[in-house]
Amino acid sequence: MLNVKDVHVAYGQSEALHGISFEANANETVAIMGRNGMGKTTLFKSLIGILPLKSGQIEVAGNEVSKDESYKRVAKGIAYVPQGRMIFPTLTVEENIHTGLENAKVKKVPDEIYALFPVLWEMRRRKGGNLSGGQQQQLAIARALVTDPKVLLLDEPTEGIQPSIIKDIARALNEIRKLRQITIVVSEQVLSFAMDVADRLFVIEGGRLVHESTRAETDTAHIKQFLSV
Amino acid sequence: MSFDEIYNIALMQGFAGLSLFSVLLLMGLGLAIIFGQMGVINMAHGEFMTIGAYTIFMFSSLTETYAPGLVQAYFPIAIVAAFFIAFAFGWLTEWALIRHLYKRPLDTLLATWGLSLGMQQVFRSTFGPKEVSPTLPEWLMGSWAPSEGLDIPINGLFVLGLTAVVTGGVLLALYKSRWGLRVRATVANRAMANATGINTKRTDRLTFAIGCGIAGVAGAAFTTIGSTGPTSGSLYIVDAFLVVTFGGAASLLGTVASAFGIAQTQSIAEFFLTGSMAKVLTLLLIVTILMIRPQGLFASKIRR
Ligand SMILES: Nc1ncnc2c1ncn2[C@@H]1O[C@H](COP(=O)(O)OP(=O)(O)O)[C@@H](O)[C@H]1O
Ligand SMILES: [Mg+2]
Repeated sequence: MLNVKDVHVAYGQSEALHGISFEANANETVAIMGRNGMGKTTLFKSLIGILPLKSGQIEVAGNEVSKDESYKRVAKGIAYVPQGRMIFPTLTVEENIHTGLENAKVKKVPDEIYALFPVLWEMRRRKGGNLSGGQQQQLAIARALVTDPKVLLLDEPTEGIQPSIIKDIARALNEIRKLRQITIVVSEQVLSFAMDVADRLFVIEGGRLVHESTRAETDTAHIKQFLSV
Repeated sequence: MSFDEIYNIALMQGFAGLSLFSVLLLMGLGLAIIFGQMGVINMAHGEFMTIGAYTIFMFSSLTETYAPGLVQAYFPIAIVAAFFIAFAFGWLTEWALIRHLYKRPLDTLLATWGLSLGMQQVFRSTFGPKEVSPTLPEWLMGSWAPSEGLDIPINGLFVLGLTAVVTGGVLLALYKSRWGLRVRATVANRAMANATGINTKRTDRLTFAIGCGIAGVAGAAFTTIGSTGPTSGSLYIVDAFLVVTFGGAASLLGTVASAFGIAQTQSIAEFFLTGSMAKVLTLLLIVTILMIRPQGLFASKIRR
């Protein structure tokens, strides 16, 4: 479903990703594990089109998107939940979700979204900026989901969020995959969360993927070594 | 002079200020939404106002020549046309010029300034250097006298109503329409708005064109209080910038309040002093207040 081939990304002269390649299938969740500064956010920003590729290719369901602006990638089926959530603080919760309905035929929030995140229904008239971190994370996921994606990208969804809410988010992601059979790519530093949601795990280090394993064959002690400083 | 007379004169002068307020508000509104959306300071904004004023003049001349029976009716249609013609030129300007200069504020300033000089020359070649005035319908003339010694000009009331409709319409569109949602999302976070599926560049073009269209309506309103020449718009551009800075660039409510304040100070002071002394007084007041509140009258209160 998502096909990433030899992606290189640079900030000015300094290259941050040195040839990343992986595939993620429909109805599969893939986790990209790595410490701070290893290139997770750079990878996700280049997948959604906020950062340009220096070279390489990105395909979604067979469509090449490498040169597209972000909004075109969204129309072709990628949705993005950024690190730090980046909801629109001046817009209400409902308006935040509505921004994702740009390509929808009916500009109405599907009931399914509020069923998945009941707290967003209660808060729908509040300004996004006045929500707690966990609520903002749910809002950012909802905003991405209403674009009806084939591939959902989540960059460190558990960062700065209470442990009890982290469990809710893991449950929501598994629910979403069951309902929609989509591809989910999530970057993480929290191994327990990744083990709760992912079918396959990668480790990124210094802008390269250095490890790959299915959940069943994952040696958690080995991955923890990559994640400790 | 009795107290009653002074009261009436102050009231009339206040109403005279309302026409100026209307033009300033419409100009400031257009500038503010363009600046808010894309950080562009449009130095040619006054010329889009002039386009609106000349549109009214053209409609008036054409009506007089070909359909003299419709002289009473052309004005509202001409206002709508003023919006759309200025809108179309705004659209074209964004496409041909502005979009190549985003992220280069100084270049944009220079380019739009150059555009404004160019447009003035085009006006001069097309309509001549002399000022022109449309024939206004009779129902706009005269005044309404609710009491003895108090005359309120009808054209002022009409222009005020027009401004209220346009301002209300813009606010409604900003908060209730898809365009408004796109604008507010882009203003909050451009990259993220794009990543939720919004075509931010198209939103820029539409917003720029709408801002110019509103300037066109300001030009239409202007024809009821002054005659139109190639540089009419440039006389208002400084005041319009004052309105926006003074109001706080991010606040539309601030734009309304500051347009009102500036127009009233100017108009009432003009009654007691000469025009240029009134201007000096207005400027002095604005500078003083801006020194106390550099963020403008109304700064946005929402966490960023
Ligand atoms: N805006 C930037 N300009 C220059 N270098 C950057 C920028 N953002 C990130 N980097 C560098 O790119 C590398 C990867 O960073 P990032 O993708 O943010 O890592 P992660 O998300 O895994 O913490 C780091 O070495 C970081 O210093
Ligand atoms: Mg990161």
